[in-house]
Order: sequence, then C-alpha cells, then structure tokens
Amino acid sequence: MIRYAKPTTIDEALTLLGEASWSILAGGTDFYPTQGAKPFRENVLDINGLATLRGIAETDSHWLIGARTTWTDLVRYPLPAAFDALKQAALEVGSVQIQNVASVAGNLCNASPAADGVPALLVLDAEVELRSVAMVRHLPLEKFILGNRRTELQPGEMVTAIRVSKNAATGTSAFEKLGARRYLVISIAMAAARLTIEDGIVSNAAVAVGSCSAVARRLASVEAALRGLPVNGALVAAIQSASMDELSPIDDVRGSAEYRLDAAREIVARAVLGAAGHASDDKAVAA
Amino acid sequence: MSKAQPGMTKVQPGMSGAQPGMSGAQPGMSMERADIAFEVNGAAVSVCVPPVRRLSSVLRDELRLTGTKVGCDAGDCGACTVLVDGEPVCACLMSAASAAGTVVTTVEGLANGRLSALQASFLVHGAAQCGICTPGLLIAATALLDSNPNPTEAETQDALGGVLCRCTGYRKIVAAVMDAGRFASASTDGAAPHPPAGTFSPYSDGEKGQVSAPATPSPRLSRREGKGDGQHQLQRLDLDRRMPISGHAVGSSPIRLDGLPKVTGGEKFGGDSFPAEALAVLVVRSPHYHARFAFGDLDAWVKVHPGIVGVFTAADVPGKNCFGVIAPFADQPALAENFSRFRGEAVALVAGEREAILDLDLADFPVRWIELPHLLQPCEAQAGGAELIHENRPANLLTSGFVERGDPEAALAGAAFIVSGAIDTSYVEHAYIEPEAGCAYMDGDTLVVVACTQAPYMDRDDVAKVLGLAVDKVRIVPTATGGGFGSKLDVSLQPLIGLVAMKTGRPAALAYTRHESMISTTKRHPAEMKATIGADADGRVTGMIFAGDFNTGAYASWGPTVANRVPVHASGPYATPNYRAEGRAIHTNGPISGAFRGFGVPQATIMQETLYDELAERLDLDRLDFRLKNCLRNGSETVTGQRLESGVGIAECLEALRPHWMRALIDADTFNSANDSRKRGVGVASCWYGCGNTSLPNPSTIRVGISAEGDVVLHQGAVDIGQGSNTVIAQICADALGLPLEKFRLKSADTAITPDAGKTSASRQTFVTGKAAEKAGRALRDTMLRFANVSEKAAIALEGASLAIREGEATRHIDLSTLKADADGLVFRAEESYDPPTLPLDAKGQGKPYAVYGYGAQIAELEVDLKLGTVKLVKITAAHDVGKAINPLLAEGQIEGGIAQGIGMALMEEYIPGRTENLHDYLIPTIGDVPPIETILIEVPDPEGPFGAKGLGEHVLIPTAPAILNAIRHATGVLVCKIPATPSRIRAAIRDKEARR
Repeated sequence: MIRYAKPTTIDEALTLLGEASWSILAGGTDFYPTQGAKPFRENVLDINGLATLRGIAETDSHWLIGARTTWTDLVRYPLPAAFDALKQAALEVGSVQIQNVASVAGNLCNASPAADGVPALLVLDAEVELRSVAMVRHLPLEKFILGNRRTELQPGEMVTAIRVSKNAATGTSAFEKLGARRYLVISIAMAAARLTIEDGIVSNAAVAVGSCSAVARRLASVEAALRGLPVNGALVAAIQSASMDELSPIDDVRGSAEYRLDAAREIVARAVLGAAGHASDDKAVAA
Repeated sequence: MSKAQPGMTKVQPGMSGAQPGMSGAQPGMSMERADIAFEVNGAAVSVCVPPVRRLSSVLRDELRLTGTKVGCDAGDCGACTVLVDGEPVCACLMSAASAAGTVVTTVEGLANGRLSALQASFLVHGAAQCGICTPGLLIAATALLDSNPNPTEAETQDALGGVLCRCTGYRKIVAAVMDAGRFASASTDGAAPHPPAGTFSPYSDGEKGQVSAPATPSPRLSRREGKGDGQHQLQRLDLDRRMPISGHAVGSSPIRLDGLPKVTGGEKFGGDSFPAEALAVLVVRSPHYHARFAFGDLDAWVKVHPGIVGVFTAADVPGKNCFGVIAPFADQPALAENFSRFRGEAVALVAGEREAILDLDLADFPVRWIELPHLLQPCEAQAGGAELIHENRPANLLTSGFVERGDPEAALAGAAFIVSGAIDTSYVEHAYIEPEAGCAYMDGDTLVVVACTQAPYMDRDDVAKVLGLAVDKVRIVPTATGGGFGSKLDVSLQPLIGLVAMKTGRPAALAYTRHESMISTTKRHPAEMKATIGADADGRVTGMIFAGDFNTGAYASWGPTVANRVPVHASGPYATPNYRAEGRAIHTNGPISGAFRGFGVPQATIMQETLYDELAERLDLDRLDFRLKNCLRNGSETVTGQRLESGVGIAECLEALRPHWMRALIDADTFNSANDSRKRGVGVASCWYGCGNTSLPNPSTIRVGISAEGDVVLHQGAVDIGQGSNTVIAQICADALGLPLEKFRLKSADTAITPDAGKTSASRQTFVTGKAAEKAGRALRDTMLRFANVSEKAAIALEGASLAIREGEATRHIDLSTLKADADGLVFRAEESYDPPTLPLDAKGQGKPYAVYGYGAQIAELEVDLKLGTVKLVKITAAHDVGKAINPLLAEGQIEGGIAQGIGMALMEEYIPGRTENLHDYLIPTIGDVPPIETILIEVPDPEGPFGAKGLGEHVLIPTAPAILNAIRHATGVLVCKIPATPSRIRAAIRDKEARR
C-alpha cells in the first residue's frame, strides 16, 4: 500500500521525508495534471497541513515567502515596488482559480522553462530555502533550477521558503508576458526588469527572460549596458544593441526560435521602460 | 482529518459494488481511505475516499452533485470551478483532503428557493448555449459579484478568464454578469404569474436517461441560508420568460425552453447519470500512428487483477466491426484488428468495478506493439510507392469532388487581372468542453445507450451494425450534449460501452478523458489549397481555378462530404461564369478528419477571400465595392449551374456593412497616422452555404399532438447541442399550429419515443426539421379543425383540458379528457416529414445540390503589434441573411459563437498530434480574445424555408478567419499563408517584407 501523510509540523514532515521517497502535494496545480488519469503509485506527502509555511514575513535582512504561499496571497500582500514584477507575473499564472491555490515555491519546484514566476524572482536575486532533517541551506535561484523539470532538490529535502534580501528589494520593477491568447496561456516569452534609478540615472539594473532557454536567465550584458544610462530613449537603444547570449530558445508549437529571440528583445525593452515608469502604449496581446 | 460531526449526512462511497478486499490483491498499490468532512451548499457532509481523490470526483461521484463539470482534469478549462471558503478554485486540482473543514459552494447551491440574480441574468441574456461551461462561469462570476456587484467589462473578463466556453463567443456572458445587478432587485413576486418552471423542460417527463437514480442523499441546500429548499424545489421562475402570444412565436426571443437546468446545474450531460452499479470501462489505445499488435494472455491478466471483470477486443465484436457516417465509405473498426492506423485508435476495452479501474495501471496490459512506418502528410501519402492505408483506395485517395463550368483557362487567359495564391491550414480540434461520455445497459433484449450525441438515429444504426443487433433492439437516449460542432456526429464510445453491456449484462459507463477525446475523435481537415482568380478591366470576376487537398486522416468519416462541398462553395457567393474546382480527401495516419462546422468551406473561403482582396487592390477598387459588384443576385447562376430565383441576400448583407466599413476605414487611418509600432487594419469577407445534405436525401420527421391534459406535445428530434433547436423548432410549430408556445411540452430525441429528425449538422435543423415542424403543426391544426367541422379561419385555444374553437361569433369547447388517447397519450396528433428538393450533381458538378442557401459577410477590425506580431481584435461586425430570424437572440448567439471559433481558427488553433493533445498546448479563444460583436440580422425570405428561414449554424464561422487575415494584410501589408496566423508567423512575414525592402 502506498503511503499518504499530512503532517502538521515541519519537523514531522522532514522526518517523513527522511524515511522514504515521497511526491509532495502542495497547491495541486502541477501535481494533478502530471498525474492525469494514472493510478497513484508513489507515496504522497501532503504539506497543506503545514500552517507555518503559508504567508509572507519580514526579517531585518529578508523578505520570506513561505513555501505554501499562493499567488493570490502574494498579490494581496503589501510589498515594496521591487516586487511589482512578481505581482504582475502572479496575475498571469493560469487563472484566478489557479492563483488561489498554486504556490509560488511550487512554480520553482516544477521547473518549467515557461514558469512565469522565475524571471521576476531572478531579478530580485531570490534564494530558495531547502530543509532536511540534517540541514537548512540557501541556494540562489539560479543554482536551484538546473534545467527543464530538474532542480537541485535532494532526497529528504523540501523547499520551505523563498528569500529575498532587502538589499535586492529596491527600486521599481515590471513584467511583460507574451502569449498567443489573453488568459490561461503558456508564455512564448516573458521578461522581468528591476531598475534602481537615482537622479534620473539607472544605478542598477536586473533583467531576466523566461521561455527562451531551458531555465529563465538573467541578461548580464543588457544589465551592464543599462547601468549609468539616463532614463530616456537611450535605454531602448542600449537594449537593441546589447548581447543576449544567455538565451538559447527552441522552435516549438508556440513560436520559432528566431521569433523568440526577436520578441525577447522587444519585451525586455518594454519591461525596462515599464520599470522606469515609461510604460509603453504597446502592449502584447497577453500582457 | 476532520471527524464527522453528529447529525451530518453520512455518504458511503458511491460505488458500493467495489469488492471488499480487492486492494489486498495488489500489494503496495492503492491508498488507504479516510473520512473527510466538509460543508457543501450549507449541508455538512462526510465521505470516505482516498485523501488525494480530486474534489471534482468527490462532488460528482460520491455526493452526486454533477452540476460541477469535468472538462480537462488539468485546470485548463475551469468547468469544475467551485467556491472553497468563498474563493474560486478548480475542483479537479484540489484534493479531498484539502477540502476537509472547508465550506464548498457548487452551482447547485447558487439558487435560493429561486434563481440567483446572476442565474436569471444568464437566462435573460442567452448566456448559456450548450450549458456545459455554465456552472463554472456562474461560480467564477458569483465570486466576482460578491466583492464587486458592478464590475466593468475588464474586471469581468479578468474574473472569468479561467473558464473556457466553446459555444457562445462569451459576449452574452460578459453582458449577463455586468447586468446581474438588475435582477437582484427586479425579481419580485409582483411579476406576472408563470406556470411551474418544469413545464417547459423538454425532459420533464423523465424520458431522458431512464437509468436508476442513486439513492445517495444529495446536499443541495441553498447558499448563504444554510438550510432551506434546494434548487430542485424551485417552483417559480421570477423573471419574464418573454413568452410570445399565440401566433407570434416566430420572430420573438423567449428564454430558451431548455434553459433553466443549464443554470441550476440540473442538466444531465453524457457523464452525469451513470448508474451506481455500472462497470467502468477503460479503452486501450494505440500509442503509435501505425502499428501491428498482438495480445498476450488476456484471461490470465484479468485473473490477477481483482475487480477487473473482462477484456474485450475485436474478436468479441459480434456484428460487422466496421462503422462510418457515410455507409458506402464505412471503414472504421470499433476496435482495431491486428493493426492500428492512427495514434489513439481503440484496440481493447477493460471493464471493471469503478474503484478497480481507477487504480488500474495498464503498464502490464498484455499487448505487444510493432511500430510501422507512417504517413502524416498528404504529399507523403500521395508519393509513388507510398504504402496504402486502405488497400481498396489507390494512392491513398479517399475520394474527390469536382465542379466545372465554362472555360476557366480561356477566361483566365483573357482576364485583365489575375491573382494566384496558396494557403495551408491546420488540424482544428472541436474542443467542446464536454468530452464524450455515456453509459449503456440492457433493458430486456434491447441495448440502451445513454450518451451525448448529435445524431441519435445514425448512432443507433451504427451501434446495431457493429454489435449485430436489429436496429429496433438498440435504443439511443441522447443526454444533453456539451457542444458538438460536428465531431459528435460520428459514434465514439457508443459501440464500446454497448459491447461491454451486452457481454457482461451489467451497465457500462465511460467518460473520455480530455486527452482521449482529443486523440481519438475527429478534427477539421487540414487543407493545402491553390487558386487563381481573374477579372476583367471593369472589375468583374471572369474565371477561377481552385484545387485543394484535404488531409482526411486514417478513416473516411466525413471526408467525402468535405471533398464534395468544397468545390461547390469555393467560388464564394460570387458570380463566377468560368470555374473549375477540385477537392480531394487524402488518407494519412493522422487524426481522423471529419465534420467541423462548415465541412471544408471555411478553409476554401480563406483561399478565395484573400485572393479577392488582392484582386481588388490590383483593380484599384474598394474591397467592399468589388465584392458587391460580383456577388450573386436573384436570377444568378451558381458554379453548379443552379439558377437562384429568389432569396439571395448577400448583396443586402454587404450593403448593410457599408456604413461600418466606411467608419472602420477612417478609424484605422486616424489610428495609423498617430502610431508607428502598432497598425490597425480592416478586412471583409463573405460566405454562402447550402443548408442540408449535398444532393442527398436528409428528411426530418416531426410528431406533434395534443394530450388529454391540454398540452401540446412536441416530439422534438432535432438534437439541441446548444444551438437552440428545442426552442426554435417549437416556435415554428407553435405558429403553424396557432397555439401559444407556453402550451408546448417537449419529448426528447430518444429513438424509442421520437421520430427521426436527422442529424444536427449541415445547418439543416431550422430549415429541414423546422419545415417538418411547420407541416406537422399545420396538419395538426387541420385535424382539429376538421374534427370540429370548422373552416381554416377558426381560432383555437387550449383552456385547461379543453380545446376552444372560435369561428366568427361561435365558440365550441371540446373536452379533451373525453377523447380516446393513443399510445403516446395524444388525443390529436400529426406526423409530417420534409426532405429538401435537390438534384444530383453530374460529372462536371452541375446540378442543384441544395434547396436553400444562407449568406453572410463580416468585417474584422484589429490592431497588429508590428514588433511582436500579436493581434488585438477591436470589433467584428457581422451581417447574416437568415431569411427569417425565428429567434433573434438565439441567432445572435450562433453568430457570436461562430465568430469566436473563426477567431481561433485564424489566430491560434493548430492541433498537432503528439504535441497539443490537451487544452493548454491547444489554444482556443478565452473571454479576453473575443472583441465586441455587432450583429446585423438580414431577412431576405427564402421561398422554401419555414416562414422564409435559412440555416445559420455554419455560415457564421466562415467569413471570420478570412476577414481577420485580410485585416492583418491591410494593417501590415503581409498575408500569412499558413493558418493559424500566430504571432510567430505574423512577425516572420513582417520581417520578410522588411528584408525585401
């Protein structure tokens, strides 16, 4: 007989994780579609009894997003403007029905190349908190998601929180999503940008693009090119000429690789302008 | 886990037939059950299920709250939306364990002794067509209205973006939600008295699905009240049904007669009335496009799987294992024999107790596959030496259709202007929100199949043939059908569940998964088309040559119909004196292409209408003027040589669009002069479409009578898949009969009780069945007048169980209860048939293929983001000549819904086998993708149609995609030649154009 457990404390959950192999059930929005009509053959660890994992908290140094925090929870929680991109992404995750139960952390664990939450968390320099009976470790998000559907999660470990350093939670941010219809759409490409602007000059820039590589990527050359620029047409010009070597899109049913590269540059420009408060009138169909 | 509280309803697992101890035989497999308690619609409930069981399954299967629908089991469609602690969630993605201790509201909990304001608004606006998505929409909108009683359009769309609807085009849904507040105050008891709500339900007699209802107590208490009368006790509908007075039914828009259960959750679709003791059925399907296969020891496999009752293969099929909608082309086995021809083909059935099937892993099922080379493209299938998919069909050509008139080569050679082009289209999935579902059982020696369908009598004949039964030993009981659009014309699971019921003697139930529905049922044909059109210097079209190859997939289905319809229609509704068109249906190992709203004509119209834009440009003529110059008129001859004496309404449609066209062009110019990176475009396209079968008989029969109780009983056999035939046919009959619509009681299309009104297809029901209903209504009236010995000028009325007949000053009353009733309980009755007069097409496709044509034209206004290739639709204006709008509100609903499907076809829908077999990779329009639609109903009466009416159902989809493509071309200067015009393809075309500069 396969096992089902719904622990009510993290210690209990970690002990169970140390005992056997489990599939973790949180919001269920990836769990059930993956399961389809197949019978259950794996132990299921239901973490929905872990009340302490739901919600957003603030420490002296960090913002902590508990692993069970839903997209709706996030949208409703007052956060600094640096989180605006993440909140805009939240509103594009599936539908309201999905946002009401799907967890932000689950979006990371599912490790889809098209995960809408990843670019916005990358520009926040987010870390993932992993716990096992033996230890707690913090991994930068870039080091947690390894590839398409692959993460650094080890046997016996679970994600307990997403951490954002207050040093990174500064400035303003924006998110752009490109899809072939308005709602319920898997992104062809998406971009998040966070800018710190001092005296009309970009002092810091963080830019990430998703759906254009196996894992969403920060764009180092674009960020470098933006730093020190005045907030005007120079931003777009810099983006137009900067390297986006990090991206390696594929052809699929949603668009060609060539199209993705072309469109990525455009939505990066729009996200940067959005973060700079120069919202372009040009909105993608699904933006 | 919460403990059951005292006094609550204790519900046992629905499938009590599950054998105790069976899980022990599969060590380490199933999961222990737990008691889970929560509140549903105000009632405390407890169930004992595995904690990871989906909440949707708990609601439907354990609590029998089948108003919550399952469309995808993946959060892609939102049909299962329920409120959990006030927030909308997809019940298919929530575990039973997560529901423990919560308060759940389903659609059954929305009514509160009377309909909620939102439910009333849905009825009034005609926001429910088939009704399968309606519960999800109502729940999502209820959550919105609870916090925001007066939402904007954008707020409404944001809140409902997670629920897909395939019928309505969403516009009436948006209107109903935004307008709901009006009904909160208006639904007072001061409204005019109305008869009991159930009176008008076509299924109020319980003929539909005479399967045993489970004894399980259902929590149906109302929302917010905690306790009270459930929706099933709704005694009154406190709103104006807009019931027309006697003689004025045609042209009025009463609330659809079958509307009430669609908004209460009471409607029973294919998967909503499974008997508790039914065996569950799993279908083993080919994972390969083409493969040889052999079974191992099936009996031994059954023995080691407790709860599995049997496995059935082609060897068990008692009749002819070959079905098909067009008898001479029938070629599809119910269960494949030795090799499969497409991915998803059924090869075996596993029947078992429901819990055993739920826990069954087919990984060890004893079947060995040997994959064989496959052909997916028509060009591969036509290549010399290509293997034949059916031995008797050389070159993998199923059949071809041909129409020739005049001398097209000479006409093109002499033309002042010639344009040529090529267009390719994709497989399009019907994507009705209800996957195929039904159950079958033996009633004595008669097999009863209770399932969703568009064609009960065709189902009956094919099931009888496959199962070796006489046709009168098969009874098809259609359930409500949650969308069909052509695919539910073909049998799917009917012979499969029928076989299990026959072999086991137990009821057998099956609901396809979304994946199973998508891989195994029919699609719209992908087309590869080429055409050349020429015009003289005055702008008159002189000739056209068209050739189209249609990928018909592994089996015939409706491929012959597509091959024949396309050449007849590829000219568009334009006079084309010299013409040749060929349509070929070519087999591949791809999905079976069958019927889908328009039978190939939407594809061909893209070819023709995009070339018309190019030709107008070459002629330097306004695109609308060019169409008006060439459109068919009364007295014109079609490309089949059919002289259309009267009733040709295309010019009226185009003229009605003219002011909108002028305004739209100015709007686009204004916008474009102010914007560089986004450009507006305006496009127009027309349609014509012959109603009914092409040169083949397709009679409808209607029986109508007067019961001893004083009701008009209409045996309404035209299956209503949402389009409204239950209402429209009754309206026609009412006025022919001269009695008020509110006296009508409908009998369903059950083959045991109602005569054959033909399939719901080919835009034929309003015209063909409507004509039969008109004739039957008149005949019944004549019968009564003769009985009373009065002239045809007499007026009749039903007053209780009395028939009042007035002529001049004299009134007679006939006490109906004193008359002898027949087996149907009727004291007066009439039955009439109608078959449209057509003539065969000769070798050159000349003849009179249809008795009636309908016409239409649409304008698309849109904005293209030049940098991203995305399209934002601004407005669609649609003018359709319906002859006579029997029910204008339902006609509008058809138009809006057809346009939504045309939008999908134009911009996003592309079914790729193996890649897009779900509703998140296969995209259909959401509520945010359909712009405002302005409908203009044109009434140019047809001399043949009932009250002048023409068909409409398919016409509405045809102009949309070409109008959109023409608008994109207007905006960008590029025509996308591979459909759908996705952002990627539009942007590539723009880039190519920029590179050519």
